[in-house]
Amino acid sequence: MFDLHGYFPFILKGMVLTVEVALLSLVISLILGFIGALAKLSKSRIANTIAALYTTIIRGVPDLVLMMIIFFGGQLLVNDIGYRLADFSEARGLPFNLGWDYIDISPFIAGVGTIGFIFGAYMTETFRGAILSVPRGEIEAGYAFGMTPVQVFFRITLPACIRHALPGFGNNWLVLAKTTALVSVIGLQDMVFNANQAGGATRQPFTFFMVVALLFLVITGVSDLGMRWLNRRYSAGVRRA
Amino acid sequence: MDIGVIIENLPLYFKGLWVTIQLVTLALICGLLLAVPLALAASSRNTFMALLPKAYIYFFRGTPLLVQMYIIYYGMAQFEGVRESFIWVVFQEAYWCALIAFSFNTAAYTAEILRGSIEQTAFGEIEAAKACGMSTPTMYRRILLPGAFRRALPAYGNEVIFMLHGSALAGVITIVDLFGAARIVNSRHFVPFESYIAAGFFYLCMTFMIVWLFKLWEKRWHAHLRPRESVAGKDAALAPGGVSD
Repeated sequence: MFDLHGYFPFILKGMVLTVEVALLSLVISLILGFIGALAKLSKSRIANTIAALYTTIIRGVPDLVLMMIIFFGGQLLVNDIGYRLADFSEARGLPFNLGWDYIDISPFIAGVGTIGFIFGAYMTETFRGAILSVPRGEIEAGYAFGMTPVQVFFRITLPACIRHALPGFGNNWLVLAKTTALVSVIGLQDMVFNANQAGGATRQPFTFFMVVALLFLVITGVSDLGMRWLNRRYSAGVRRA
Repeated sequence: MDIGVIIENLPLYFKGLWVTIQLVTLALICGLLLAVPLALAASSRNTFMALLPKAYIYFFRGTPLLVQMYIIYYGMAQFEGVRESFIWVVFQEAYWCALIAFSFNTAAYTAEILRGSIEQTAFGEIEAAKACGMSTPTMYRRILLPGAFRRALPAYGNEVIFMLHGSALAGVITIVDLFGAARIVNSRHFVPFESYIAAGFFYLCMTFMIVWLFKLWEKRWHAHLRPRESVAGKDAALAPGGVSD
């Protein structure tokens, strides 16, 4: 049906990058999500406010706009800080240079960082709900055994909340995987970018974008299966009507 | 931060804002009109009838909006039949391509939301409608759809926000929407922070507005779910010197 003129490996190479970006940003978003959820649930007012600002702003602004702010703006900011620190060390006559030379943020790092940062906000909400759904008694039981708060978190809260976090997590992951298509806009050679090139070269843009769409369906389909497996695993021992 | 550049370019931003509002509103209307028959077909007991709408929903929910937009904007030019026919007038315009892509996309998401809420309809409601002697179309119009819309409202609010955010993609295919305006300002003055943050601010305001509107709407449609006001509170309000509206 599709005559790809030998460009299929090229598209697959892009797909590998897409999956890489997706998985790496997933890791970042999970870490940020946990920190965010803990900040939202903590008793500290400052932590609450920062977490609330983070989730509100991220969820209120389109991801494409955020990506541009971080990709273009982040570059300027990082170099501005480096420049100022270098100036500062020189002016104070410090024995070492606090600043740094011009850093070129690669689109890869910017893309992964941005997507991770954005989905950290969504994960924060998911984890917050999941942590709240762990029965209070289980946590109290942990303290009663003399566990430290850190031990309680890792031994009781975290394992118990995974089951509640899974549905939201699965949704977030699917949206995240699709959002990776945006990195082609900042010049990263993912499969959308490569399809654009191949489509232009062969004058068959429809064919190539359709192939990319089908490959995305493969990614979401495989994720769906994975989510079902995880769900079964973490719901072991849960009674169901 | 150089706010002067932003103030200088405010007219451009407002123009972009208007295009964004137009695109999102039109896409939401078209999407909703498409979604209702899709959802009804997808929730039908007839497997054969549900197959095609389900495939449609699966495709549009499983692929990125950017790719869908590219398929329509860049892809359609591949077919000579399209290029030579009268519909080329539509497909050569970025604006119409974006609108088509957005409408199809939001139709799929909305249909999925509606399908879920149609399938949640309580047996009793349908039985009662049948017992009253309603014909199937009447039952759909009076019982099934109003209930389904009511249940779908919170999820639909999220979808509207998603559509607003997704509409920023229009800026990628040369349309001067809010994002496109920020892009132009950035390329003219090289102020990435200011230009995109200004756009982000507009989007943020619009998001808050949508959230607020949906809260009002939910208050109206979900009035029956609101906890009853306490009698004591009402009495206090009615008492002389109390608050009255």
